[in-house]
Amino acid sequence: MHGRPRKALKPEDEAASSAKAEKLRSLQAQFLANHHNHIYSKEALELSAKLLEINPECYTAWNYRKLAVQHVLSNSDSDPHSIFNDELKLVESALRKNFKSYGAWHHRKWVLSKGHSSIDNEMRLLNGFQKADPRNFHAWNHRRFVAGLMERSEEDELKYTEEVIGANFSNYSAWHNRSVLLSNLLKRKAEGYFPKEKVLEEEFQHVHNAIFTDPDDQSGWFYHLWLIDQTVKNDAPLLVSSWPSHGSNITLIGDNGLRGCGLSLLNGTLSDTGALPIILYFNQAVKGINSSSVAIKSELLKEELVWKPLSMNNSNTAQVWVVYLNLGNMELQQSKTYSVEINVGHSSGILSANGNHYGDPSQISFEVFVETTCTKPTEGQVGKRTTWDDTNFQKIDHFQELDSIATANQNHHIPKSSDWCIEQIVKEITNFRDLLSEYDCKIGKLTLARLLTALDMLSSPLDGKKSNTEEVLQLYIDLMKLDPTHPVYYKDEHSLILLKQITSTRDSLLPYCYYHKDATETFTGHVCLRLQNLSLSRMGSIENLLWVQMLDLSHNELQSIEGLEAMQLLSCLNLSHNKFGSLTALGPLRSLKSLKVLNISYNELGSHSIDTRRYLCSSPVAHTEEFTWDRIEILTGSFNAANFWEAFLIFGSLALTELNITGNAVADENFRSFLVKVLPTLKWLDEEELS
Amino acid sequence: MGELATEKHVRYILSVEKRKDNFESVVMEHLRINGAYWGLTALDLLGKLDTVDVDEVVSWLMSCLHESGGFGGNVGHDPHILYTLSAVQVLALFDKLDVIDVDKVTNYIVSLQNEDGSFSGDMWGEVDTRFSYIAICCLSILHRLEKIDVEKAVKYILSCKNMDGGFGCTPGGESHAGQIFCCVGALAITGSLDLVDKDLLGWWLCERQVKSGGLNGRPEKLPDVCYSWWVLSSLTMIDRVHWISKEKLIKFIIDCQDTENGGISDRPDDAVDVFHTFFGVAGLSLLEYPGLKPIDPAYALPVDVVNRIFFTK
Ligand SMILES: [Zn+2]
Repeated sequence: MHGRPRKALKPEDEAASSAKAEKLRSLQAQFLANHHNHIYSKEALELSAKLLEINPECYTAWNYRKLAVQHVLSNSDSDPHSIFNDELKLVESALRKNFKSYGAWHHRKWVLSKGHSSIDNEMRLLNGFQKADPRNFHAWNHRRFVAGLMERSEEDELKYTEEVIGANFSNYSAWHNRSVLLSNLLKRKAEGYFPKEKVLEEEFQHVHNAIFTDPDDQSGWFYHLWLIDQTVKNDAPLLVSSWPSHGSNITLIGDNGLRGCGLSLLNGTLSDTGALPIILYFNQAVKGINSSSVAIKSELLKEELVWKPLSMNNSNTAQVWVVYLNLGNMELQQSKTYSVEINVGHSSGILSANGNHYGDPSQISFEVFVETTCTKPTEGQVGKRTTWDDTNFQKIDHFQELDSIATANQNHHIPKSSDWCIEQIVKEITNFRDLLSEYDCKIGKLTLARLLTALDMLSSPLDGKKSNTEEVLQLYIDLMKLDPTHPVYYKDEHSLILLKQITSTRDSLLPYCYYHKDATETFTGHVCLRLQNLSLSRMGSIENLLWVQMLDLSHNELQSIEGLEAMQLLSCLNLSHNKFGSLTALGPLRSLKSLKVLNISYNELGSHSIDTRRYLCSSPVAHTEEFTWDRIEILTGSFNAANFWEAFLIFGSLALTELNITGNAVADENFRSFLVKVLPTLKWLDEEELS
Repeated sequence: MGELATEKHVRYILSVEKRKDNFESVVMEHLRINGAYWGLTALDLLGKLDTVDVDEVVSWLMSCLHESGGFGGNVGHDPHILYTLSAVQVLALFDKLDVIDVDKVTNYIVSLQNEDGSFSGDMWGEVDTRFSYIAICCLSILHRLEKIDVEKAVKYILSCKNMDGGFGCTPGGESHAGQIFCCVGALAITGSLDLVDKDLLGWWLCERQVKSGGLNGRPEKLPDVCYSWWVLSSLTMIDRVHWISKEKLIKFIIDCQDTENGGISDRPDDAVDVFHTFFGVAGLSLLEYPGLKPIDPAYALPVDVVNRIFFTK
């Protein structure tokens, strides 16, 4: 019930309602009796019509009308035209009663699809209805159906949206329909709609009229954003970054000829299995990554490689793909340099989710150097625990030549954008600056921030132009105050821009990089990226952080680590003092085979009744994971599977040696004993050494 | 701010079931199964499902079941996928799914999938992404999801995606919060949320919050309590619910209560009904309002009911 005032009925109205109810009840009873007995007499039909005029929502009565039509048509030589016409009339009067009746609209569609009725009347009827309620989505749906039946051109329908918008720009439905029609016209390069540049310029003009007339009316907002996207987007998938990056030198440190023992990298332990990851990071989800679409040439390659998509979903597409070179049981020569050459997309096969072909064949070459060491890796030694205090870190003055740290400006796969595209964005920036000089509005600021971000993306960092990140960050700070309903939306955007700024060059990254020393004041040699205490509410720029093995994200406002699964080298992670509200939020960690140390202390695990990551984490409720009953039963015994399945899913697939989970509601004694069972590799739990 | 008038809402919901003398209740008679689902789920969230006579409800439900395996909206009404889901949900609430012939109900739903992956609502062929959600949700509850072509079903839903990241009834249809719930829910249950443009859709959804704190279903429309569920559950599934002000929305829903006679309405001071009462309570549950059982954003059933379905051997 919508829009009916809440007030007690007067006695006389109560009586009238009761009488009406009695009448309707008896109509419905008679109708149902006719329906069940297949009675399609004139009287029975009239009765059903009467019922539908009073209650157009009674779907069974519409079904009955269809049966009756079929019955009458099969049993006599009656005129189908007039039979169907009667139905159209009935629908019309039902719609006048209730414009939003699904059953009535579908009945009309059913009648028209039979092809016995004139459709000339439809547009007239629709124009009337749409004038009365220009936002009714049933009418718009019906209009699209009728336009199809009539073979009315998309150009004509586009003109109709122009008329509607001309009469009143505040009509989201019309802008929506315009985007649908225009997409089609642009896609098939219809006459007058090619090249797209000219069309888009006109559309920008068009939507400016709406936004600049009343910036607080949302009708044009999303259309404008869509136009920006149409201007800057690249349909073809591109490689954004990789690990190792092109031209890098990787030093592997090991003893015993690397065989069967730990394999170190950047002086940090990479993996016990001696597997060297190769990570490809694309600008969108792709499929078709395999040994033919990505060719690897190297002496280190001894077997067919199987690429794995890093995704929590059922689709075989992913933005990040990984493969492991198995060096563990290979006879590697000490002090020798092995070269690896990867050719991405030189043969076809890599496709976006929409079926667009990979657009930028590229080559990644890097060198692997094997070095012997006489000391065993410190990791795993009894009595030592990873600590994250400030005293454990020492600033790095400058990066070593060999440090495999790749930032945005070193990723060479930056697509060349057209001059038109940049000019158009610059033009829009001017327009929105003008708007803001007259009226301080949220959509003005937000759009300006987005446009400046788009411009930074389009301009190559190599051409020396100053980036706009400082201004964008300030815009988002202003927006948090200007629009207090959605502060976290702007905070999230602010975090993403901040991370982009930090990871843009080696110089910008340097202040956040530290050497880590352990409790005994010995340098472990780990390079730790410390992004702690930055008010980050969202993680991003992961494409620039693929090299990171030790990451400190503590003392932020993070509640998810979406995308962190790409950081395949990560072995130590500090997430303490954030806002993680559920174990499923840790889902990305399941893909991190090198992860050994996790600090998740002082979060909100177990404090929330609603889990917002439940469907973004691989799980049985989303059909992305089978539940392995046998294992959990062995593990849990007395634990209730419904309460422990998240912990089982997350920790059951990790091989942690250290875990700190204190300061979370979930971490009671029962839970800790579950963790000890599910993590047999664990040596430290909550700063206590396990015996 | 006022508080949730739990006791009054429970009494209101129980009274609606019995009330048959006014015009509104007769008009709604053909969808009584939906009404039962709304009322009973709200009662469960309020912690009062035990006040209901289970056998009475179940035997009435079963009298709505047709030979085809589909349920009608009430005794004597034709089968339709809309009412089949409600029936299955109510049976799940009571842990009584064993009273139906699961294969038969499954066959009914499977028979409604079309060549392009879409679903019809019944034999008369109305196609709508609402029916895609219903089919997927219902089969998942029955552990029979593999009986349909899930890949095609997902592909069809994606063909209804719009420039704003939302979804419509059919390809080209305008985005609408109710429709978005259905499509996002269907993608959630089939493990396909990677196909949703979460930031774009999240922004569109969070912009549904208007000054009063309430949510509307489309741009430039009035706020309405039922969108507390559709917008919120969608935002929850894509983990963007922190983009709206929870406090303001709680206040809006509380303001829509009839504190005298119970029940919740679409907007403050409008007439209450069981539909908005359910969506108001469900919205508050998603907002972690104290004292309410948590609800699952995709299955629209209490979390413990969903967990019982998936985590009991
Ligand atoms: Zn409503």
